[in-house]
Amino acid sequence: MDALLQPFQFEFFRNGIMAAVLAGGLCGLIGVYIVLRGMSYIGHGLSHAIFGGAVVSYVLQWNFYLGAGIWGFVCALLINKTVRAAKINADAAIGVITTASFAIGIALISRYRSFTRSFDAALFGNILGVTQQDILVIAIITVLIAAVIFFMYRQLLFTTFDSDVAQVYGVQTAWVETVFALVLAAALIAALQILGVTMIAAALVIPAITARLMTDSFNRMILLSAMLGALTGFTGMYLSFYVDVASGATIVLAQAFLFVVVLAFSLFQNRAYSLPDTHV
Amino acid sequence: MDPILEVHNLSLQYRHTPVLQEINLHLHSGQFAAIVGPSGAGKTSLLKLILGLLRATQGQVQLIQDSNASRSAPRLSYVPQVDVVDWNFPVTVQQVVWMGRPRPKFSWPWPTDAEKQRVQNVLEQLEIGHLANQHIRNLSGGQQQRVFLARALVAEPDLLVLDEPTSGVDMRTAENMLHLLLDLNQQGMTILMTTHDLNMAAAHIPWIICLNKRIIAEGEPEAVFTEPILNETYQGDMMVLHHDGLLLVQQRPHEHTRDDVLPNPILGHEADFLTPTTPLEESPNGCATPAVSV
Repeated sequence: MDALLQPFQFEFFRNGIMAAVLAGGLCGLIGVYIVLRGMSYIGHGLSHAIFGGAVVSYVLQWNFYLGAGIWGFVCALLINKTVRAAKINADAAIGVITTASFAIGIALISRYRSFTRSFDAALFGNILGVTQQDILVIAIITVLIAAVIFFMYRQLLFTTFDSDVAQVYGVQTAWVETVFALVLAAALIAALQILGVTMIAAALVIPAITARLMTDSFNRMILLSAMLGALTGFTGMYLSFYVDVASGATIVLAQAFLFVVVLAFSLFQNRAYSLPDTHV
Repeated sequence: MDPILEVHNLSLQYRHTPVLQEINLHLHSGQFAAIVGPSGAGKTSLLKLILGLLRATQGQVQLIQDSNASRSAPRLSYVPQVDVVDWNFPVTVQQVVWMGRPRPKFSWPWPTDAEKQRVQNVLEQLEIGHLANQHIRNLSGGQQQRVFLARALVAEPDLLVLDEPTSGVDMRTAENMLHLLLDLNQQGMTILMTTHDLNMAAAHIPWIICLNKRIIAEGEPEAVFTEPILNETYQGDMMVLHHDGLLLVQQRPHEHTRDDVLPNPILGHEADFLTPTTPLEESPNGCATPAVSV
């Protein structure tokens, strides 16, 4: 038993596992809307865009959360506007805007080679460097986002289900999408340090897809996705201590493993339902 | 009759290609009208302009509220084509209908008791009350249409707009849907819909608007469903027949289709139908119904 609890003796691990649970749950919660809108690529794209924002905020000596947050929010808004105004598919708009934003970050890094800060943590996640202050920020963002999703449940549901028709029924879809862009940017900023740019997309999509396989109810999908995100955040972080692998990778691998198990079960169940009746 | 919708000189262009040209339209309260026209005629675009989902290149759409009404503007409800719906979206019938209720910006994420009751009443009215907790994917085509009609009705609209509500379902289901709409119209609901089913429109809908980028004609079916008007609307060779008090519209078959392609039973049936034993009346525009040799 002592061996199992051994990692909790370390403060860095306690901080890390708390951050992983919060970030996993948060990504699971937001991921439902992203998956159902068919915008799974946005997590991948926006996390890259935010990396560009992180570099710019470093160059301009802004606060990381503020600079990268505004940058991510503006990118998410630009994607929405481009899709609506130019009738371009969402995946193409995400590809153009977020890659351009990422390129700005790379260009600045290569231009100002005198950087003292390492951006490896932003790219791959650095759970060991999570401080009490980081946990506080993630906790506040999680509570705020949960409140927005709770009180805007109807508007978000209708806009996700059928954005065009929702307008006819009085839903201010442009406002709802702006709020969602802000929520998404905030969630990515919160999760960036734990999961890293390269892993965040999976953390957004896998718990939501897994939850979708488990239920046909929207409410249950939200709860399941958030719970699976938090659970795999805990499991992945815990395993990373023992296998000595980057925590972002073990969290995503835990999610992928769960997805495969649920998918196999779901396929087996469908097959069982589709078997013809047998008479003995 | 009080006007509810006035469309003035409305035009829409998409990248310099005209979609709609100088549309003038007038609907009064309690009217039931159908827009007919070929694919690409601009039917759905016109509905979207009326609903405020598209911005016109020129002209305006005016919704007029009765001075005695409590609302400042007429409330619209929209039933989209069912093929644009994501049937795998994880929602139940009850949730879809609940979406149609007017709502404040912030509210509890669950329906109030009054809302639940209203949703159930509308579902019962449309005879799908027993499906309230079903996932939308598990419904038949006719039931799916009714769910979206229920969402429209739960909003208590002044003007109900439907985009091809009878498409993609069998003839009996389409007929039932139309009877449902006629009942609603009898109760005072103003309805504007699009349809491709000319025969059903001719039999049931009191006001027809023929559209092909511009309004070709509008009026009662007997006045509008004439060969010259339909030929101009559909840019094809249309046939109007009168049979047993019914007005029937069909595209004139090509000679080779009738002689060579149609299997004998169909040809035989058509032959019975078009032979002098079944008297054909003259089309109301004065043109003699062309003789069809089979």
